[in-house]
Order: sequence, then C-alpha cells, then structure tokens
Amino acid sequence: MTTAPHTAPALKEWPLWEVFVRSKQGLEHKHCGSLHAADAAQALNMARDVYTRRQEGVSIWVVPAKSITASNPDDKGPLFDPAADKVYRHPTFYDIPDEVGHM
Amino acid sequence: MSTPINYLLHLADNALVLGQRNAEWCGHGPILEEDLALANMSLDLIGQARLLYSLVAKRAPTLAADASALPPEGAFAPWGGSAALHGGQLTEDTLAYFRDVPDFRNHTLLELPHHGALVGYAKGNLDYATTIVRNFLFSALMVPLWQQLTTCADTDLAAIAAKSVKEAGYHLRHSRDWLVKLGDGTDESHARVQASLEHLLPYTQEFWMLSALEKEATDAGVVIDWAQLSADWNALLDDALAEATLTRPSAGGYVSQGKLGQHSEHLGYLLAEMQSLARAHPGATW
Repeated sequence: MTTAPHTAPALKEWPLWEVFVRSKQGLEHKHCGSLHAADAAQALNMARDVYTRRQEGVSIWVVPAKSITASNPDDKGPLFDPAADKVYRHPTFYDIPDEVGHM
Repeated sequence: MSTPINYLLHLADNALVLGQRNAEWCGHGPILEEDLALANMSLDLIGQARLLYSLVAKRAPTLAADASALPPEGAFAPWGGSAALHGGQLTEDTLAYFRDVPDFRNHTLLELPHHGALVGYAKGNLDYATTIVRNFLFSALMVPLWQQLTTCADTDLAAIAAKSVKEAGYHLRHSRDWLVKLGDGTDESHARVQASLEHLLPYTQEFWMLSALEKEATDAGVVIDWAQLSADWNALLDDALAEATLTRPSAGGYVSQGKLGQHSEHLGYLLAEMQSLARAHPGATW
C-alpha cells in the first residue's frame, strides 16, 4: 500500500469501489455491491464488514469503479439484438457421443 | 486447572464494557460502513464476554444452592455477592446485569466516553478519534495477550483465547488503519487524534501496574509473560504512531485502577443504561 504524498489535493469525496465476493462453494467472484472508501485497503475492510458478516464469502475483490468501462445501455440494440436470431450458434444441433460424458 | 474468577471477570468486563461503549455508535457512525464495522466489533466483544461469564457461572454453580457459600455481609465477592445471584442462579446475564460499579474489573480506559476529559477537539459527545485511539490501544494489548493465553493451562480459557485472538486481530487492523489515516490526514484530523492520544495514553499505565489480580492468576498457573507483552504492545504502538506521523506523549501521572474496582464516574452511567431494562423486568425472556 502506498501513501499519497501530502502535496496531493485532498479529495472531497471518497472514490467508489465495486465489491466482488467469492462464496465458500463458489468458483468465481460475484459482484455484490459497491461502497465509498479512501483507498483499496480500507475498501477491503469495509467490504468485509458490509458484505461478509453473514459468512457470505471467503475471498473479496475490490475494484475502483472508475476502472470499469461499461457498455452504454443506449447501444443495447446494435450490440446485443443481432445475436437474438442466430440459434445455430448454440451447440444444440449435435449428438454428443456417450463417451464424452457431461459437457 | 482453573483461572481465578477475578481474572476471568476482568477479561469479561473489559470486553463487555468496551462492547457497550462502542455500541453507542450504532446508528450514529460517521458513515454507514463504519457504523456496521463498530457494531460488528461490539458484537465480537460481547460474544467474548458471554463465553467468559458463562465460564464463571459454570465454575461457581454451587453458590445459589448453598447459602453459606455467600460471603458475609459487606465482604467482597468477586461475582458481586448476592445481587448477581438474582433469581437464585449465577448466569452470564446476572453477571452482566446485576453487578454494580465496584464489582466490575475492567480497565478504566474502556469505560471512558468517546471524547476527551474537557472535550477539547471533540465536536459533540462522539469523537471518532477517541474511539479509534482507544480501540487501537486496547486491541494492540489483546492480540498478544490472547495469543499468549491460547497456550495457557486452563483449556477452557485457551479455547476462548483462540477464538478471540482472530477477532482482536481484525479490531487492531481496523483501528490501526484509521489511526494512520487520521494521523497522516488533514491538519484537523491530525490534531484531534493527537489530542485523543494524549488524553488516553496515561490510562494505559493500568495495563502494566501489576496487582493482586495478575498475581492471583499467576499463582493459579495462568502464566503471562508481562515483559514480552509490554514489548509487543510498545512495538505495535510505536510502529503505528510513526506511520501516522503522531508523537507518542509521555504517559505519567495518576494510574487508574478500574481493574481493582475503583472506577471513573463514567462507568455508573454506562451500567445504568445497559442494566436498567434487565433490572426493570428481572427474569424477562423472549
């Protein structure tokens, strides 16, 4: 953890962090919420207190919300609708040989 | 072997009184996350107190049945005499709710309000700098102390220590993080946390004033390496203060003696708030 030099201007508001928690059985970290914190270490502490106090998790990630680039909801049509009529992209037209087992 | 009742009550009262104090922030935290954090830590402490009180109650079961086991009128009984036998049985609840100020064995530091003696830099009655400094000073004591007690000869106490050392570890991490942020923060936050440190550090002399309480425990086989504990605490303190750009004040003057039952005027108010419901409705359950 690095400490910001005193010359840095004080922030009026703490930055926003997105919180991801992996549950005991879970394989992946799932987004569970967000919070404001002064730095990453504090964001982890706060995420622990806010999001894991009922044993929800065994691992936490915090990510600065500003580091996430999100798709624009207005682009939903061009981005996602063209995939709607292309059922052949789902691998449901094959017979799976028995020896392959569960896929 | 069993730890003296007095020493178990000392550990239990420390946890209960600080747990109750910090719970005063519930609904009043500076931000939502801190509100939750302090309430979580209060629940850790109250949980520790419950285990320790239950252990006392388990080890003193014959008191209620045997009236002759009660101390004579006016004599000191570590469990608070007949008041704690309310309803005829010594339980974790009677120990928490039916003992009075002189029966409590907690460090004076833990019962002080969340502001300086003369308020000083505190704005209002709840000064977060005071809360943080107190939590830091105490958890820096409890992490190495619980660590030592995990190997003590009293296996019940060792089990409680093994659970508590993890909780204290988080309390230390939380308070240290804030101590550094406030100390190495703005001019105002630095001044307020320094003022809190100057107000509270003298009360830590009580940690190291070894009394009949510790001697009784040592004689019974609960051996604590006080020199090591003091070295550990001082190292944690100096390291954090350096990072927080705070100056360690000299801690001299009056040595408080809460652990011997001689408390500040603040404990009475704390107990009144904590105990009034149980005393107004004795034996009530839900």
